[in-house]
Amino acid sequence: MNAPAAPLSPYSSAIGKSNLESHTLSVLVDNEPGVLARVVGLFSGRGYNIESLTVAEVAHAEHLSRITIVTSGTPEAIEQIGHQLERLVPIHKVTDLTLRGNAVERELAMIKVAGRGDNRVEALRLAEAFRARVIDASIESFVFEITGNVSKIDQFVELMRPLGLVEVSRTGVAAMSRGKDPI
Amino acid sequence: MADVMTGADMVVEALKDQGVETIFGYPGGAVLPIYDALFQQNAVQHILVRHEQGAAHAAEGYARSSGKVGVLLVTSGPGATNAITGLTDALMDSIPIVCITGEVPTHLIGSDAFQECDTVGITRHCTKHNYLVRSVEDLPRVLHEAFYVAQHGRPGPVVIDIPKDVQFARGTYAGPQNIEHKSYHPQVKGAPDRIEQAVMLMAAAKKPIFYTGGGVINSGPEASRLLRELVAATGFPVTSTLMGLGAYPAAGPNWLGMLGMHGTFEANNAMHDCDLMIAVGSRFDYRITGRLDAFSPGSTKIHIDIDPSSINKNVKIDLGIIGDCANVLADMLGVWRQRGLKSDAPALQKWWDQIAVWRGRRSLSYKFSDKVIKPQWAIERLYAATKDKDTYITTEVGQHQMWAAQHYHFEEPNRLMTSGGLGTMGYGLPAAIGAQMAHPQSLVIDIAGESSILMNIQELSTAAQYRLPVKIFILNNEYLGMVRQWQELLHGSRYSESYAAALPDFVKLAEAYGAHGMRCSDPADLDAAIAEMIETPRTVVFDCIVDKMENCLPMIPSGKAHNEMLLPDMEEDLENAIDQAGKMLV
Repeated sequence: MNAPAAPLSPYSSAIGKSNLESHTLSVLVDNEPGVLARVVGLFSGRGYNIESLTVAEVAHAEHLSRITIVTSGTPEAIEQIGHQLERLVPIHKVTDLTLRGNAVERELAMIKVAGRGDNRVEALRLAEAFRARVIDASIESFVFEITGNVSKIDQFVELMRPLGLVEVSRTGVAAMSRGKDPI
Repeated sequence: MADVMTGADMVVEALKDQGVETIFGYPGGAVLPIYDALFQQNAVQHILVRHEQGAAHAAEGYARSSGKVGVLLVTSGPGATNAITGLTDALMDSIPIVCITGEVPTHLIGSDAFQECDTVGITRHCTKHNYLVRSVEDLPRVLHEAFYVAQHGRPGPVVIDIPKDVQFARGTYAGPQNIEHKSYHPQVKGAPDRIEQAVMLMAAAKKPIFYTGGGVINSGPEASRLLRELVAATGFPVTSTLMGLGAYPAAGPNWLGMLGMHGTFEANNAMHDCDLMIAVGSRFDYRITGRLDAFSPGSTKIHIDIDPSSINKNVKIDLGIIGDCANVLADMLGVWRQRGLKSDAPALQKWWDQIAVWRGRRSLSYKFSDKVIKPQWAIERLYAATKDKDTYITTEVGQHQMWAAQHYHFEEPNRLMTSGGLGTMGYGLPAAIGAQMAHPQSLVIDIAGESSILMNIQELSTAAQYRLPVKIFILNNEYLGMVRQWQELLHGSRYSESYAAALPDFVKLAEAYGAHGMRCSDPADLDAAIAEMIETPRTVVFDCIVDKMENCLPMIPSGKAHNEMLLPDMEEDLENAIDQAGKMLV
């Protein structure tokens, strides 16, 4: 019998498998010192992936922050990530928005493009098509602000590359479930 | 009535309010105010260890043998870093301890001050939770919260880092009442519909097995009692992990012995062939499961655990029940009785007949010798001499630990203190000190190896200072025995650095520390020597010279399945037992 070798660690099963999925997790936490380090340390310590992470206080009086994490792994690994997050003491709630289905996801990016002549005109034309706004301009550069889902921003960045792309700053994904209910 | 006091006094006050009678620690600059507060009271006894790692393990031994929270108090910087191994050990084995660390004053934090380290940063990964207390106003809440977090849900270590200026500052103390945690509320009651489903599966099972773990012990003595009742009511066989030994008595009729890498043939084969597995407070570590893709292929798996992340972590579970073991077991028993359910007696009889065949292989057997003390025999004789006494056993880590698990028989929970998850050499002696502090009248024995014991040998001084009559029973084979065994199995018997060269004379060493030293190498003398050890009302170091090359068997070679065990009568095959993939595992 030619059975495959057991994975070296229970966690390595999340790596190198074909059925990787990308999930967006919404995590409500106490906004206390070190809470982000706990979350990030959990991911690095257990070998989970972080594709994007955003965090900010969302309820000032209650000191609650909302962390949105986009992670990838097998369905089993992602279920495990949710449970591991729930174990952290200052965490109130973990919701897998991808499992709940069809969440609204948005990211904001600033994109600096430098150039003159035709490239500059083309950049501005494409920006209009993508509904990116000019938030800074000089004789030889623009800074665009664009909001949208991840793939739209990826696409816009790719289009800017031959037109004089200088740098990109992205916020990471913010996400929310559809409908009237909170997470 | 407002109680205004210093932060240091709050620490002592909170310890009293939490019912803490004993703490383990070592002073230093950043905890002096707390030590001063301790000096001026008598309710909390402080045990001075000789190294902070010892304090952490002693707190663990205290906690595990008593079911209470263990407490240690150490200073900043090296005091905290020395405690790290003990904290990690407690995290891996889910032991409730609270570690109070001193910290440099708040205005010096981040300045690379003397004896400063990022204690909360470093311990974030090896604690269940930790706190840096920047204001004395937060201190009472944090102190009581720490005890709550340490013991609720899946237990674990909690660090409270208190800067020195906060220890001096004055504030208002509040007791533990009315402190409700804002986010941490673990589920302790199992879902009734799932419990009902589980019980129906049990009634229909033909080849069932209970696979129990440390969670049953952590849940408290009631969980062990209920487990015994449920096993008796169903007639199912029961096996346990190292961490769960004693929850079901080794003398019980349904006991199969420990399972896993060095578990019995009958336990592992029953796990492999069962049609229903009821995992209670166990976590499917790979030292238990062996090769995962061949783990119990035909069974329906029920998993009861207080930690939702344990369920489906390593092994796909068919029916997960989140809750405290005692609660869930009580509810299962309730449904079983209320419905008047019965096990499938004919099927169960066939199952027990099969188990009897596996038992017939006598997988724990070894060749007795009258020339040299066999380590297994030494444990057997130790067991015979102590089984009728009120005995607590701790171990270090290695072959002796597995032999203790195999050949010492535990009838009650909380009687075995051993480093299961982290596998910390040097655990046993300080843990024995902790256990002896919790049970001053009991017989506490550290079953040790000659190499492990040297890792925290300085704690002999602690035992001497407090006149603790702990017995250190060293199985001395002059090797890091388990390392040597693996080198024999995997590395062509090239014993790289596993010979314990330049060992001290343990008898003289004991005497140097003010303990009683003994040595025995002749099987004919062993019983009398053990009797002398037990009767000596002091700390005893017993240097038991055993067979140097004995291997710990049976064994599931790494990378193999439960039904591919290496038995004592197959020892000549050792070299070929592990394939290349298995060699990658630890």
